[in-house]
Amino acid sequence: MTLVNQLGPIHPELVLALGAMALLLFGVFTRETARNAELIGWGAIAVLLAAAVLVMRQPSGTDMLFDGVMRFDSFARFMKVVVALASAGTLLLSFNDMRDGKYLKFEYPILVLLATAGMMMMISANDLISLYLALELQSLSLYVMAAFRRDDVRSSEAGLKYFVLGALSSGMLLYGASMVYGFTGATKFADIATVALQPGAGRNIGLIFGLVFLLVGLAFKISAVPFHMWTPDVYQGAPTPVTAFFAAAPKAAAFALLTRVLIGALGGMKPQWQQIIVFLSIASMVLGAVAAIGQTNIKRLMAYSSIGNMGFVLVGLAAASPEGIEGVLIYLAIYLVMTLGTFAVILAMRREKGNVEEIDDLAGLAQTNPGMAATMALMMFSLAGIPPLAGFWGKYYVFLAAVKAQLWPLAIIGVIASVVGAFYYLRIIKVMYFDEAKGSFQRVYAREGFVMAAASLIILLGFLPFPLRQGGSLGDWIMGTAAAAARSLF
Amino acid sequence: MSKLPLLSLVTFLPLVGAALIAFLHRDATRNARWIALWTTLITFFVSVPLWTDFDRNATGFQFVETMAWLGPIKYKMGVDGISMPFVLLTTFLMPFCILASWESVETRVKDYMIAFLVLESLMIGVFCALDLVLFYLFFEAGLIPMFIIIGVWGGARRVYASFKFFLYTLLGSVLMLLAMMAMYWHAGTTDIPTLMVTKFPADMQTWLWLAFFASFAVKMPMWPVHTWLPDAHVEAPTAGSVVLAAILLKMGGYGFLRFSLPMFPIASHDFAPLIFTMSVVAIIYTSLVALAQEDVKKLIAYSSIAHMGYVTMGIFTFNVQGIDGAVFQMLSHGIVSAALFLCVGVVYDRMHTREIAAYGGLVHRMPIYAACFMIFTMANVGLPGTSGFIGEFLTLLGAFKANTWVAFLATFGVILSAAYALWLYRRMIFGVLEKPALKAITDMNAREMLILAPLVFLTIFFGVYPSPVLDVTAKSVKSLVAGYETAIKTANLAR
Repeated sequence: MTLVNQLGPIHPELVLALGAMALLLFGVFTRETARNAELIGWGAIAVLLAAAVLVMRQPSGTDMLFDGVMRFDSFARFMKVVVALASAGTLLLSFNDMRDGKYLKFEYPILVLLATAGMMMMISANDLISLYLALELQSLSLYVMAAFRRDDVRSSEAGLKYFVLGALSSGMLLYGASMVYGFTGATKFADIATVALQPGAGRNIGLIFGLVFLLVGLAFKISAVPFHMWTPDVYQGAPTPVTAFFAAAPKAAAFALLTRVLIGALGGMKPQWQQIIVFLSIASMVLGAVAAIGQTNIKRLMAYSSIGNMGFVLVGLAAASPEGIEGVLIYLAIYLVMTLGTFAVILAMRREKGNVEEIDDLAGLAQTNPGMAATMALMMFSLAGIPPLAGFWGKYYVFLAAVKAQLWPLAIIGVIASVVGAFYYLRIIKVMYFDEAKGSFQRVYAREGFVMAAASLIILLGFLPFPLRQGGSLGDWIMGTAAAAARSLF
Repeated sequence: MSKLPLLSLVTFLPLVGAALIAFLHRDATRNARWIALWTTLITFFVSVPLWTDFDRNATGFQFVETMAWLGPIKYKMGVDGISMPFVLLTTFLMPFCILASWESVETRVKDYMIAFLVLESLMIGVFCALDLVLFYLFFEAGLIPMFIIIGVWGGARRVYASFKFFLYTLLGSVLMLLAMMAMYWHAGTTDIPTLMVTKFPADMQTWLWLAFFASFAVKMPMWPVHTWLPDAHVEAPTAGSVVLAAILLKMGGYGFLRFSLPMFPIASHDFAPLIFTMSVVAIIYTSLVALAQEDVKKLIAYSSIAHMGYVTMGIFTFNVQGIDGAVFQMLSHGIVSAALFLCVGVVYDRMHTREIAAYGGLVHRMPIYAACFMIFTMANVGLPGTSGFIGEFLTLLGAFKANTWVAFLATFGVILSAAYALWLYRRMIFGVLEKPALKAITDMNAREMLILAPLVFLTIFFGVYPSPVLDVTAKSVKSLVAGYETAIKTANLAR
């Protein structure tokens, strides 16, 4: 029993891994029907929620495990809860589409569980080796998921594309990790940090090379420009529920990893990496905003939207301060809710002849399916960063940090990019509200409806001054938690 | 001070009405209209105590409410002599907007009423907010309902107009948001009363001033960033134009008075020549442009820009007359431009065209309408005895004290405004009634008269007896000017 107790901090990950095994066994030994697959899906959701609850119940403070290879602090707890809930949410959204498309297989929920286990380990990774292992566990699950609709050419293509490019980026990351190891003699972040803090570390060319390659690998995972090329194709090609999953949890997990590497391990080289992050941020915000304007496919549009959003999160990281990380955490949490809400609508776009995913198909939605249209409009205004919706607060806190760090060019280009971005979000609202109807969609299933309603409520009311509990609003609570989480990194 | 959170009540009552309408059946257009009307009326009556209980001898903010919100950001509401009249203006005009849309809006009535009530809430909030972030929240959120109003119920080029309106204003505001953040890091608070007495370093003031200027100049709108306004006005439905001209435009002027002047006095002083130039250009240039218009609404839109030129000019004279005049001009323009757009709405509902050339000789068929339109045209020109005169006269008086040349040039605007307004009146109302389509046009019905009668009354009442408004604003304006003068004096000593 002592071993079990010693492993306390990693219980959530263990629950995920063991849950995945158990469900896999169940899947293998029962008949392969859609009904069983859905049952396993519900089981996976239960496992994810259990993991989230376990994380929340963990005592505050910082814990290390396996000789400092994994780190469990409030930052990790915040991100893990967010990631687990986002995975559960996207899984909930996937059943109907997969059943209608006749590709509801029991492997999918299990892949989600394994990917989430990988993400949680990424979030806690405190060593170059655990970093790589966790990242690969997640990535390999994602490659398979992209190609999950295996008799569909586009899905297979997406999976292959994602795999080839993902492998390339993993290689870069590994190369960077080996350089960092070579020039610091350590794999643990704590030891690397000591070396990086020494005077002259900033002139250590080998270390800088390692840093750059690490950054390239991680920038690929969060699809920051110029390492974003895979995103639109994979988002468009992958089955829509998988796209929803890609847009949510993995982004947040990879970002958490990036944050921990830069702040935790290479904090001493801030002057070196800050300029890279500023560049990545500006490039992502601008390209995300400009390239999205011409899109007609809503999944492709969401790909550019996610690129742009990652740019905004990077603003907070570029500030490299507790305020900045607080902004990052708030932004990511809100971004995931917006993504879930948006994809709930996209997945509900169902007609007799099957799914549709063109923006024009949304025409006149406000007349035919007012609930869907209202949800989508809320999400779009929120993504555009219009107050009082939650998306505004995400942007507010990252830019607040950038202003404090006096990163003026970044802040000014950023807010202007957000105005350009507002254009294409508004275009969706225009199609839904101003244009004539093109025939209505089928009724929204209860699950999608639930996600839509929940996301709408959070986005609309989350940050308003309603005293839901003693001491303030939901936004107040998220802010407090995020602030504590951000401090645990420094 | 009353215990009742009066400002929050006034601000959020329209939202309650909107929520009620949201629960109606989608075909319940009649009920939606009546609920909207009653909500706006009740909101107006609830807001009346703001006027009657307002302590005219006190400086500072009244009816203040504070509540914890997000860490340093507080939910803080309050009004002073400058903002309170605008709250009243908003609550007063909204019932007319609902009434004006009674018959002209036939599609998606429910959504329309919800959008208007939400908009009312947000507009009142802008004038009441005493926290930077809260202000920004109301200021920006107002774009959403207005975007929908123009885009759904607007004219032929409504999509273009709504996008232009939204993106133009958003671009101006985001820079202001960055400035607000810089202010927060400098002063450690977002509390507006505290920031009004915070001394920002002179070079910082310059940047902050420019960022706020970007937002307010677009909102105002000042030449040369005014181009969104004619489009938005022309395409918006009548009530949308009314709200836009009467209230949304005032947010820019209000912003200058609330933020730029008290918080960045040195920068305001330094940039005054720029404002004067832009104001004078706006007054003369847009008046000339107005002369060339063939669309009634566009003409009134350009005349609005010219009138806003007087406001900015008055604000940056930094003397009591100029600022008093600016506030008065804004209120008067709020009533007069609203009335003019309502007048246009009356004939538009009958003829469905805004072409000036399509009208002519209306006086023969619509004598009451002609009389009303006459009064508002005269008020727009600034004829003594109408409210328009007081504002223009005071701003010119203030400008004369500050800079004779500015006053001299701006006076041309008065002549030009007489030219375009009277010419418009002649082309539309006088002459021979020869268009066959106009032969059967009917005069205003009871509903339309009910809408215009109070506005006629107020236009003349304030023109003859402006003291009620000036008494309310006096103390706040005096303390604003006094604060500005001390700041400049200390700055000059330091230089």
